[in-house]
Amino acid sequence: MSSETQKILTTGGIPLEESLKKVEKRNKIKAFLLVSPLLFFLIIAYISPIVSLLFTSIDDRMVTNMLPKTFKAMKQWDGKDLPSEEVFEAFYQDYKILIEEKRHGKLSTQMNYEKNGFKSILKKLARKMKKFEEGNYKEQIMAVHKRWADVEYWRALKRRAPTYTYSKYLKGVDMYENEEGKIVEVPEERRIYKILWLRTLEIAFFVTLFCFLMAYPIAHLLATLPMKYSNLLMICVLLPFWTSLLVRTASWMILLQQQGIVNDVFVWTGLVADDSRPEMMYNKTGTYVAMTQILLPFMVLPLYSVMKTISPSLMRAGKSLGGTPFITFWKVYFPLTIPGIGAGCLLVFIIAVGYYITPELVGGASGTLISNQIAYQMKSTLDWSFASAMGLMLLTGVLVVYWVYNKLVGIDNIKLG
Amino acid sequence: MALLKYTEPHYRIWHYFYLFICGCVFFFLIAPLFVIFPLSFNAEEFLVFSEGMKKLDPDAFSLRWYHDMVYGTKNPWGLAAKNSFFIATFATLGSVILGTVAALGLSSRHMPYKGIIMATLISPMIVPLIISGVAIFFFMAKVGLAATHTGIILAHIILGTPFVVITVTATLSGFDHSLTRAAASLGSNPVNTFMKITLPLILPGVISGGLFAFVTSFDEVVIVLFLAGLDNTTIPIQMWTGLREQLSPTILAVATCLIVLSTLVLVIAELLRRRSERIRGIRR
Repeated sequence: MSSETQKILTTGGIPLEESLKKVEKRNKIKAFLLVSPLLFFLIIAYISPIVSLLFTSIDDRMVTNMLPKTFKAMKQWDGKDLPSEEVFEAFYQDYKILIEEKRHGKLSTQMNYEKNGFKSILKKLARKMKKFEEGNYKEQIMAVHKRWADVEYWRALKRRAPTYTYSKYLKGVDMYENEEGKIVEVPEERRIYKILWLRTLEIAFFVTLFCFLMAYPIAHLLATLPMKYSNLLMICVLLPFWTSLLVRTASWMILLQQQGIVNDVFVWTGLVADDSRPEMMYNKTGTYVAMTQILLPFMVLPLYSVMKTISPSLMRAGKSLGGTPFITFWKVYFPLTIPGIGAGCLLVFIIAVGYYITPELVGGASGTLISNQIAYQMKSTLDWSFASAMGLMLLTGVLVVYWVYNKLVGIDNIKLG
Repeated sequence: MALLKYTEPHYRIWHYFYLFICGCVFFFLIAPLFVIFPLSFNAEEFLVFSEGMKKLDPDAFSLRWYHDMVYGTKNPWGLAAKNSFFIATFATLGSVILGTVAALGLSSRHMPYKGIIMATLISPMIVPLIISGVAIFFFMAKVGLAATHTGIILAHIILGTPFVVITVTATLSGFDHSLTRAAASLGSNPVNTFMKITLPLILPGVISGGLFAFVTSFDEVVIVLFLAGLDNTTIPIQMWTGLREQLSPTILAVATCLIVLSTLVLVIAELLRRRSERIRGIRR
């Protein structure tokens, strides 16, 4: 009766426990080595660029680097009255260098984001500055335009002094930091982004709802029909699924145009008069209809794969115990399909919230989403830091939805095809 | 689910109503695709059914848009098709190799931090495309790969690997690991075992993952819009430009070709899925 058990040794004389641990460790390394090429590729080329969007979104060094002397001179300025001659002189020198390097256009664009009307006075200054005499820059600059004598513009300039700013995030929700440093909402008539966020949520929500309402019956039919019929019908789901997104959008553009087939049918059935054909494209209707059809397969497939596993005898048992078909469906069948509903809704919602192509083509002005705004900022206004800020806000939203879903249902339920 | 003889009348009505709803949804799903076929053979320039087409007049139909697609002046489709196939082929190859190898590691029960690594590997599927587009564009511009084929291929590998990882891990979940141990005990080295034993068995999963990756790359617009220069134009980019500027029937001719292609992909994918289910022992 020894309290210590005899250690089992391998043939090499090493304790078995240790030898097993060693093998385990080697296996771990082996498994990790297999994953590592893809993992590191993704971390370098994908994850880190996304993380660095964070820096792009708060990066404000552009203006800081363009006017180094001005901001240095402004340090002593309290911001109440017009800055001193010293600041004006520094600004004159900075701006002169920018004009020589032909970078003054960028500054005026940047400053116009900060305060409207900056672009024209900077341009005017660039023209007039060639004739400036040495000394007394304050008066000479103020003589160029009366706005140069307005302290508001100098305050706006000072606000761009820090190298980092969170103003883009505020702008993304229609807010800004006013002169006193308080965060306030922009005037009602100039609010655009809040409407866009709400519209994105609304469209994503309703598209998910429509997809669910349409997908549930057909997934049920597909899961309960005999194999030979359901295989044929499955093609109706899979063919759109595999077809190019642009092809499907193109077909909706043809169908929904004013002289299109849908309108023809409306006229033919007498629903609308020939001369008052409704606009169904380039507005929200177009976005709703096209997105619902395009995302429908993503709802049908997870629902189908869950429904396929539900034994039909459960429904029979429910009925034999006296339940009416509706009650049996509601109490027995429906709860069993919840994982499928969850997976389908998550998939459709996440895709819909970040949708770009279809809204851009059929959405017009009233049917576009936040993604379209991001693309617009990237390509047209070139305000990349704002695009990054909005992208990250969208991403955070998506990740929150994903996290909540994972807590509620578990992510393992997602299946492909 | 056939109706039973003793079903009460109001349930009978409900059942037919349900079938009617299903019919409508199927119609909604599939009908839009079939609008494109006849209109691509339109002899006229407009994207509506002409009077002649409604009367099935043979003169109202023509192949002129297909001719335009192939031989048209300043035709962008030839280059676009070449680029699309080139990019999609290499993106698929890259995704399949990286994805399969990673899936092998992930399926090992020794894999540490499985959850977080899996989340990282499939993240390109979850992050909205526009954000991926912006991030990848910044990265490619920094390393000097913007407006190159290499840059687009790498971007598409990023998008394609999650599909391969998911399908191959699913196939491997039904894989009998004693087979590889048997091979090893018979003196085969790991590479040989993989090529001779594992790969043939998981091949359906690998190919169907590859198909997903191919279609993803072949149909991808958002990232290419950010990355492509004039020489890297692809079929989706040309379609995108066409749809934005003006819908021409040539686009419908291209679209018809793409539908034929996707039908082909669908058939292959279905055959593979059935084969892989047979191998995994899932019977219906």
